[in-house]
Amino acid sequence: MQPFKTLTSLAAPLDRTNVDTDQIIPKQFLKRIERTGYGDFLFFDWRQTPDGKPVADFVLNDPRYAGAHILIAGKNFGCGSSREHAAWALSDFGFRCVIAPTFADIFFSNAGKNGILLVKLGEEEVGILLSNAQTIPGYKLTVSLEDQTLTDGQGFSAKFEVDPFRKFCLLEGLDDIGLTLRHATELDTYEAQHDEAVWLKAK
Amino acid sequence: MSNTPKTLFEKVWEQHVVVEPKGEPTILYIDLQLVHEVTSPQAFEGLRLAGRPVRRPDRTIATIDHNVPTTIEGRLHILDQIAAKQIATLRQNCADFGVELYDVDSPNQGIVHVIGPELGITKPGMTIVCGDSHTSTHGAFGALAFGIGTSEVEHVMATQTLPQSKPKTFRIAVEGELPLGVTAKDIILAIIGKIGTDGATGYVIEYAGSAIRSLSIEGRMTVCNMSIEAGARAGMIAPDEKTFAYLKGRRFAPQGAAWDKAVEEWNKLPTDEGAKFDREMVIDAAQLVPYVSWGTNPGMVAPVTATIPDPAKTDNELDRKSLERALEYMDIHAGTPLTEIAIDRVFIGSCTNGRIEDLRAAAKIVAGHKVSSHVSAMVVPGSQLVKEQAEQEGLDTIFKDAGFDWREPGCSMCLGMNPDILSPGERCASTSNRNFEGRQGRGGRTHLVSPEMAAAAAIAGHFVDIRTWEVNEEVTA
Ligand code: SF4
Repeated sequence: MQPFKTLTSLAAPLDRTNVDTDQIIPKQFLKRIERTGYGDFLFFDWRQTPDGKPVADFVLNDPRYAGAHILIAGKNFGCGSSREHAAWALSDFGFRCVIAPTFADIFFSNAGKNGILLVKLGEEEVGILLSNAQTIPGYKLTVSLEDQTLTDGQGFSAKFEVDPFRKFCLLEGLDDIGLTLRHATELDTYEAQHDEAVWLKAK
Repeated sequence: MSNTPKTLFEKVWEQHVVVEPKGEPTILYIDLQLVHEVTSPQAFEGLRLAGRPVRRPDRTIATIDHNVPTTIEGRLHILDQIAAKQIATLRQNCADFGVELYDVDSPNQGIVHVIGPELGITKPGMTIVCGDSHTSTHGAFGALAFGIGTSEVEHVMATQTLPQSKPKTFRIAVEGELPLGVTAKDIILAIIGKIGTDGATGYVIEYAGSAIRSLSIEGRMTVCNMSIEAGARAGMIAPDEKTFAYLKGRRFAPQGAAWDKAVEEWNKLPTDEGAKFDREMVIDAAQLVPYVSWGTNPGMVAPVTATIPDPAKTDNELDRKSLERALEYMDIHAGTPLTEIAIDRVFIGSCTNGRIEDLRAAAKIVAGHKVSSHVSAMVVPGSQLVKEQAEQEGLDTIFKDAGFDWREPGCSMCLGMNPDILSPGERCASTSNRNFEGRQGRGGRTHLVSPEMAAAAAIAGHFVDIRTWEVNEEVTA
């Protein structure tokens, strides 16, 4: 996983709430067996008309936001299906950070596993950022995971919370399986004992 | 050990703590991982690259449900080459890693959340995961069951554990008697409508109260299934005599002395008197009605007797925009009565409402009627076993006589990753769980309802208040 430290980038405003993973990556692209190459399909139904033309007023088709690595969105971002393809698509498209008032649980962990930093801010602050990104040409944000701060160099500055362990993993770009296997001995002991509970056997 | 009263969730959680490293998430042991073709290929590939085996093939079970066509001909020759490849990949992966697979030709194939319970694989007190958000279904047995992403699928395959931060607990008690015509589906739609699609984010819900206890196991699964639609990590219901009666004798349920021991252990699981929840809510069952979703997320629901709400009455700008967008997408207008909305398609099936009891309930409504001339309707049993049982009971005949399509098991039109999809602009009464834009096919419009409401809508051609429906008892008998 690519480590996340600081990032300064254009920020794209997606002023919608409850953006679900069916929108982030529609199901027809879930049939692939690869982990890469989903960026082209990000927000597919919102980006393209059924006959394949770009939807002019969709934010990611606006040349102003080309190359943005930060996405700003309304509350409950990433709700719905557990598809990690949503995180793969965001990251493949170039997003490394999403800012929203709240995120859905499964998406939250999927994003972490793919080096995407999710920044939770109050609805009011997100509202300000959305409107700044819409109105100020070339609007950029700097996010520092180390300091847990978000600034725009024009007076906006906010602190955000992040779970210390998640922060550590993101900063170091750590693979979870390796981390868990540090506890292999405890796991073996636990498992041997747990297997005696026949009422918890699968088969 | 202290004698502090504990919740069902806490008991299951504590029994599965492998280690609690300081400053890190708890490493939680996973008793069972269910696998399907869509969210597993990259996980198996990860194992392969790292040279890791599946740690516990005996705690891993796979089936094919999402992509598979629901006609016999379609299953024999899958035209979609990408889907066919994904299915072939699962077969190869299961063979390579020693995982048992209920393939398309197996009498046990079906939607992953339908087969776990019906085979007796799902048991009270277990921790269960699957790369699928509706894993919460299994919570109906008093298991802690939740959906995970593909990296986590790989993690569980490799270690049979998951690092997890402890969620908060939320008790929703539904008390009293459900009015006639009001189903488990209506209970959960009412809850989501009330608390919103993010109302339970960060929580595990325990559904309790007399109305929940009076539900069948199938009904409890319907409720737990849609916990994720309220944002919850999982939904759980305490196991009781009904749970044990459902499990007893099923293929992978414990037998003989092991059964008695199991029941003894399972009986310790229900929440203790006086246990504390982080949040509580009580719902009066008598106030519940049949619901219909009108918008593009499952929180946008209303009683069947209501009219489409007016976005202008919402203060928050982002919320108003979402409402306006939803009405536009759904092509409906504020003030229209729900019962005046005409539909084109009906889908009865999915892991929410594709079990035998759902088919019985729908058949009861359908018996002796014909599907409206402008509606195309289908019934897709949740599994091979459900299909077989339904056919033994003659339900297939009732549906077919009325003009319904009777299909082979799978996810079908719940998500349209297979040939069953809505065409742009088509409006569907669906017993599934998500009405997101394009969920059932690009441009398709989904209204979530109970099986009874879907059946009645198929016949009337528009939504009807099921409480006014006259059941044709003679035909059903
Ligand atoms: S029936 Fe629908 S919700 Fe259930 S597992 Fe299949 S696609 Fe998912």
